[in-house]
This record gives sequence, C-alpha cells and structure tokens, in this order.
Amino acid sequence: MEFGNKSRSRLNASKKHAFDERYPHRLQLYKDPPNDTISLQEFEELAVERLKVLKAIETIGITHQKGTPKYNELLEKEIAATKFKDCFLRKTLNQTEVELDNRRRDHMSHFILRLAYCRSEDLRRWFLAQELDLFRFRFQTEDSESRIQFLSCNDLKYKPVSKEEQEFVTKQLDGPDHMSNASDIEYYKVPFLEALDLVRGRKVFLLSGYAYVAREDLVSILLSVYRTQLSHALTVTSRALPSMEEDGRLLPMLCGLSKRYLGQDYSAKKQNVGVITADMIDLLSKKSFPLCMQNIHISMKQNHHLRHGSRLQYGLFLKGIGLSLEEAVKFFRTEFIKSMDVDTFDKKYSYGIRYNYGKEGKKTDYTPYGCMKIIMNNAPAAGDSHGCPFRHFDADFLKQRISTQGISKEGIDVVMKYTKGGHYQVACAKFFELTHGISDANSEVEMVIQHPNQYFEHSQKLLHGPAKPISTPRGVKIVNSNSQASNSTSQVVKAEPMDEDTNALTQEQLTFLDHDM
Amino acid sequence: MSNENFDPSSLPDLLPLYYKKLFPYGPYYRWLNYGGVPKNYFNQREFSFTLQDDVYLRYQSFSDQQDFEKELQKKCPHKIDIGAVYSHRPKDHKTIKSTAFQAQEKELVFDIDMTDYDDVRSCCSGADMCSKCWPLMVIAVKILDRALRDDFGFQHLLWVYSGRRGIHCWVCDESARKLTALGRSAIAEYLTLVKGGENTTRKVTLPDKLHPSIRQALEIINNTFFDYLVKKQDMLDCEEKWRKVLSIIPSENILFIENTEYCDDFTGKFGKDTASRWGILKKRLTEARQLDMVKPYVEEEIKLQLCYPRLDVNVSKGINHLLKSPFCIHPKTGRVCVPMDSKAIDDFDPAKVPTISGLLDELDKVELAEDDQGKKFRDYKKTGLGPYLDTFETFLKGLETSRKGKMIEQSGQFSFNYL
Repeated sequence: MEFGNKSRSRLNASKKHAFDERYPHRLQLYKDPPNDTISLQEFEELAVERLKVLKAIETIGITHQKGTPKYNELLEKEIAATKFKDCFLRKTLNQTEVELDNRRRDHMSHFILRLAYCRSEDLRRWFLAQELDLFRFRFQTEDSESRIQFLSCNDLKYKPVSKEEQEFVTKQLDGPDHMSNASDIEYYKVPFLEALDLVRGRKVFLLSGYAYVAREDLVSILLSVYRTQLSHALTVTSRALPSMEEDGRLLPMLCGLSKRYLGQDYSAKKQNVGVITADMIDLLSKKSFPLCMQNIHISMKQNHHLRHGSRLQYGLFLKGIGLSLEEAVKFFRTEFIKSMDVDTFDKKYSYGIRYNYGKEGKKTDYTPYGCMKIIMNNAPAAGDSHGCPFRHFDADFLKQRISTQGISKEGIDVVMKYTKGGHYQVACAKFFELTHGISDANSEVEMVIQHPNQYFEHSQKLLHGPAKPISTPRGVKIVNSNSQASNSTSQVVKAEPMDEDTNALTQEQLTFLDHDM
Repeated sequence: MSNENFDPSSLPDLLPLYYKKLFPYGPYYRWLNYGGVPKNYFNQREFSFTLQDDVYLRYQSFSDQQDFEKELQKKCPHKIDIGAVYSHRPKDHKTIKSTAFQAQEKELVFDIDMTDYDDVRSCCSGADMCSKCWPLMVIAVKILDRALRDDFGFQHLLWVYSGRRGIHCWVCDESARKLTALGRSAIAEYLTLVKGGENTTRKVTLPDKLHPSIRQALEIINNTFFDYLVKKQDMLDCEEKWRKVLSIIPSENILFIENTEYCDDFTGKFGKDTASRWGILKKRLTEARQLDMVKPYVEEEIKLQLCYPRLDVNVSKGINHLLKSPFCIHPKTGRVCVPMDSKAIDDFDPAKVPTISGLLDELDKVELAEDDQGKKFRDYKKTGLGPYLDTFETFLKGLETSRKGKMIEQSGQFSFNYL
C-alpha cells in the first residue's frame, strides 16, 4: 500500500485514461491498492464515512433479513445520509469527472479501512462480513447487463451448460416430481470449491466435485471469490503493518478507527476482576445472565458437567464479568466433582480453564464470545447446551423456558414473534427489557444486544445504579428508559474521539500489535 | 461389547511387543509419505503421543520410517494422534516464530461417535456399543461414502473403526488434503442434517424440496430401516419409547394425528408391538398428508433423525485438529484401530476386531519365516490382523495408481511442450 509522493498532476493527466483502465465498472473487487496522494484530512474523512456505511450494514443486518425490500430500503436511507450516497447508490451519472472521483473514493476508503481492520482476527472478521454485505447489496441493485459486464471485467467467464446437461440436472433436482421440459433455468458448472456458500447450505446440485449453479445464484460465487481474495489480502496487509509504524501520523489514527467502532473489547477490561467470586454466580445467573448463559448454568447444575462448547462459551463469559482464574477453577470444581473425583477434574478440565485465561497452550488471552459468534458458529449438537437459545432451541421449549421468568403472556408472544422472524438478538433485547421492567409488550424494542457480557453489565447497572464500572459498545448508543428515546437506526458514529482514554487504548493496541507480529 | 482376554492393566507390558512385532510400519509409512510428493510430507507431519498416566506429547515429528519406528518402540505410546503437515518440522516448532509455523495440509477427516446418538438408542449409552446400535455406524458409512465419492468426487477414502464406539474417515485425495478451513466446514455442513442440542426435540427440518443427496441418503436408510427399528431397537415397544419418536412430529401436526383415536390404536388390539405401531404411524401420516393436514416429509424427518450420520463437525473443520491414528490400540478395549472396507461394511463386525493380547498369542503360534537377510521372524500378516491389512493395502494401491496416472499425465504434458 502506497500513499507515496506521486504528484497530483500525474493523476490529472491520466484521468481520462484511468476511467477505462482502473475503474472499468462502478463496482470493483479492490484488487490493486491505490497509489494516489491524499491529505490526512481526506484520509480520515473517507475512513469515517465508509465506517458509517459499514456500521449501518451491521445494525440493519441484525434486525432485518438481508436482501429483503425492507432491508434494502433501510440501508438506502442510511447510505443516503453519508458522503458515499452517490457512490454506493445506483444513479445514472453522466459527468465522468464526478463518477471517476466517486470510484476513486470508494477504492481509497476501502483500502484505508483495510489498514485499520487488518490487525486482529476479530477485526478482520468484522470488516470482511460488512464489506461482503455491502458488495452484495450493491451488486444486486445493478441491472443484469451491468452484472454481466462486471463479470467479464473481472475475468469471471462462466458459461451455461448444454441443454442435455441442463435437462439432467433439473431431473436430479426435482426427483420423483420431475416433469419433462418444465424448466429453463440455466446452470453454470463450476468446481465446488468456488461455490462453498451454496454447498454449505445444500443449495446446489453436486456431481463428482462440480457444482451446478443456477443463474440467480451466481452472485454467491462472486462473493466467495471476493471473500477469498479479501481475506487473504487482509492477512498479507497485517504482516506488512510494522513498516507503517515509521509514520507517526497514521498509526494512532488507524488504531483509533478500528478501536472505536467494533464495540467493547471484553478481554481488555480488568477493573472488575476480583469483584465477582464463585459463590456469587448462582444468584447473579438468575438476575443478570442472558438466557444463553442461564441455560448453560442450569444444565451444569443438572448434569454436574459441561461439554466442550459450553465450557468455552460459559467460561469466557464468566471471565468477562470479572471472575478470576482461581475463582473460576473453584467454581467449576465445586460443581463437576459431584459427578467425578477431584483427580479427574484436575487432569481433564482445569487445563481448559487455565487455557481460557491464557495460561496454557498458545497463551492467548481469549475474548468472550459475542452474539454473532454464538449464533453463527458451532451450532450445538446432541448433548450440547451452548449456543443461543433464541436461535437454537425448539420454539416450544424456548417458550416454556421464558415463561418461567415472570413475563406476561403478551410479552412472551412478542419475544416468540421476533424469534420466528429470525431476529434472535432483537428477541433477546426484548426479553431483557421485559425481565427488567423497562418496557411492556407493546413498546418498540430500543436496546441492541450484541454481546452476552454487555447484557450482564447493563443488567447490573440497572439493578445497582451506575456505581459500578460499566461499559457499552463504542459507537452504539444503548438506549434505555432513563435516556432519551431514539430509534435503532439513529446510532451515531462520531468523528471525534469518544473517550478520554484514547491514548491508553492506543498504547494497548501497540503492545498487542507487537505481540501479533 | 465383551472384550474377553484383555485386561487394561496389562497394556504397558503388551505395547512394547506390539510396536516391535505387529505395528505395520511399512504400509503405514507408504500411506503418510504419499510417494514422497511433496518431499517433506512425512517429516513435517505432526504426531502426538499419549503416554501412560495421560502424559501428552504434542508436536512430535520424524524424519523417516526408521526414525518413526525407533521412537515408537522407545516411547510405546498408549495412543497416537495424527495432526497436520506444517510449514516446518513440528519438533522444531519452538525455534520458529509462532506466526511462521503454520498448519498447511491435512486429510479431510470425519469422526462419528456413538455417544452422539444417545437420544435415539435404547440399548446402550455413553461409551458402550452393541450389535443393536452398530447398524447406525453402517448407515453412516454408506451415506457418507456415497456423498463423498459421488457428490464431491473424492476417491481415496480410508474408513477406520476406532476400537471402541466410533468410526473415522480419512479422505486422502490431494484436493482434500489441500482444502482450506472454509472448504472443510462447507463440506461438513453439507453433510450435516441432524442439528440442535439437548433443548431441541425436532433435530431435522426438511425444506419443501428434497436435495438429491438427501434423497439418496433416505434410500440407503430405507434399505435397513424397518429391520433396525423393529428387530434391533424395538423403538415403539412401550409408551415412553414411542412418545419419544412421536415428539419428532411437528407440534402443529401432532394434534391431528393424536386426535384420530391414535392412542387407542397404539395401545389397543392393532398396536401390539413396534412393527404394527410403525405401520399405524405410517398409515396415519400418509392419510394426513393426502388431506394436506401435515407438512411434507414428516416420515422422512423421523427416519433421518433416528439414523442419519451425526458428525462431530469441529474435528472436520480445523486443519490442525488431531485425530487418532489407525493401528493404535484402544486403551480400554485393547482392540486395534483397524481399516474397514466400505464396500463390505455390512460384513464388518466390531466384536471380531482383534485385541492386542489376542494378536500376541496368535503370533506365537505363527510359523517362523526368514527375511531377506536370513533373519528369522514371525509374519504379522498371518495373524488376525491380516484381513484388515489387506483392506489397507487395497486403499494404498488406489492412492499409488492415481499418483502414477497423474505423473504420466504430467510427463505427457511435459513432452508435449517439448515437441
């Protein structure tokens, strides 16, 4: 990545040329880094504006199903409020000058954020997810001619299979219900490795290692190409970062950027350690634990044992609320030895607890799982009690479980409605509001729950007042009855530093950076 | 399963003899060396040993077969795990920057463990397994073997019985070994159908249109389903058990089925045993389906929840995940972890898999033979391990043939370039 001293005049001279060569299409896969000169001010502005877009994508993606008209509408509205509105929203622009500048800004801002978001696994995952959603959104608003043009610009030349092959595929897909010459869907034959998302969801017919992708699913292949490429590029960029340290202007800014918008890092919080002890957990679990953690807790009380997934999810959560290593070992031992002897526990399980606290193995201080990770990754299998109850429970069982919490019947129905619609985090937020008496069944959901530890801290704050150190994810305003009302789309990304402790954080980032290299 | 003539406490005495006289070093090395292409495949492979008292040694690696043989006989591990091929020799990993030391390739592996079926088997639970639940493993092998070969085009599948209650599959094609974590997890999820933990009663939900691979899986299940349900598990013989099966039917549909004097039928003169009750259930479902009172594929969902393979997906997803090696001894049962022939999986009987003590007794009775240097030895291939080694040999031949084919292809291209 070069933001070198190439003169601006060179850029001007080649502008016309660049339009065809560098940005042949409004969309791009960001293969080559920009090498223009840019002022620090513009650098920061571009980054902040693009972040606003990505943040909006994340928030809307939590509450609405991707690709639905409502989702698109909300997203359009959010993007229209940023400086990228001409760039990301489809408009016919004839002024090539402006269009070229838009494409350049798109290009630049993407690469600036790459720098800011490449330094850790969590940051990379977040950035990748939002960029992919942005790309999907933009690609789907293009018309079919433009899409085909885009494919050819990027050397993705897929050809449909022959009529006979097409007939065969339809027959296989329809099975016994097959009717002859009923369909004329075109299929593209690609190695299954290029259509992993479709394979994963069993949305494609496979034969001998080839996937037969329907025309409408081609975007999925495109996304997977983009994902692979971006994911690789992020890793490469993170290795190249140390050379950036020479420039004292950029690094603090980049650190600040990535730190501000991903939300609270629950591993870095030490002030609570020691406040919580093993014998307090039982009571706390009833009052302030989110349903997922309550569930694991109950399961542990019943079986005096937890399987691997639950030990990780629960153990890290407890670490996040401030349970020290010694207390954690004590906590699990007290319960586990009801079904095994102390030796077995020490041999088989205390290692894992020390591992969570970064004392064994790779010695990484692991971070508590966020909601997205719990919902998306590692779904519970038979015998497991981890996962997100709103996502992974049977509807009947979930209903039964939440009805033991003293919520009105209407309240339960509202929670179940969100769950059925796939809005698990909204359901959880509603559940929080109902159990904490902030709202009733009829009011709008105002909270956004993104992390079990956030749930816990917020609950503690409500129960005990703000005396204890609390934290909420940065960049997201958590609204409750005490502060002024506001709807979920008004989450503001601020351009100025949000905390007095920015310096301290930067310091921390730096040490983290060294460690990561 | 009974394991007569094996006493776990004798293991430390038997293992040295096993590693000296019985462990098939030659074929084993031929497998993991993959013809020496690429060159460092064997010596950058991680092995990990579990010694007595659960002492655990990770990141072992060996330069060649002799080195491996020597170390194995010296350490006599109670368990051997195979890990990934790394960017450097794993035994040097402490001298290399942790970011540079990366897992690069590994076979695509699957691990199926009987404990994951506890909610759908009544004969045993936990670590136990018997001839009544073994059919679940047979079904698993057939379904996965078909999908991996026909759908994904893999050819070199090594199926292994773990020695107690599980089976493993090693997919050894070059393309499988090179898979990224993303590719592995996509395949594992494609093959996963039974989802949900303790708090989900309905673990299979089928879409309105069945995917071809699920239709194929159902065909395989149908071949033995009735026999398994009735003769092996007797799944509907008492109320507690048939209630459990009925709970798989979606709650919005169950009312309709129960309303129609269903319970009477189930306990009355028509429903005498599992076979007749299954008949009643099927008939009810078909009728209800014709009247459009239940969603499609309820019967299929029941069958799949009871029989479809349950993978431990985390084992398959990670490149650096360790999995127990074939030919090591299960410390509790003393059985050898042996290859299985997926084509003749119906004939495989886990109870007949030889134990370490049995094999050593047998070996004493095998006649002495002479090797090339005239040294006298007893041929381990003549023991009960023989047939399993034949299966392994067939697998190795397959690998070698396709490697040769590929080399000819490449050399063909080469000479073509020269012309």
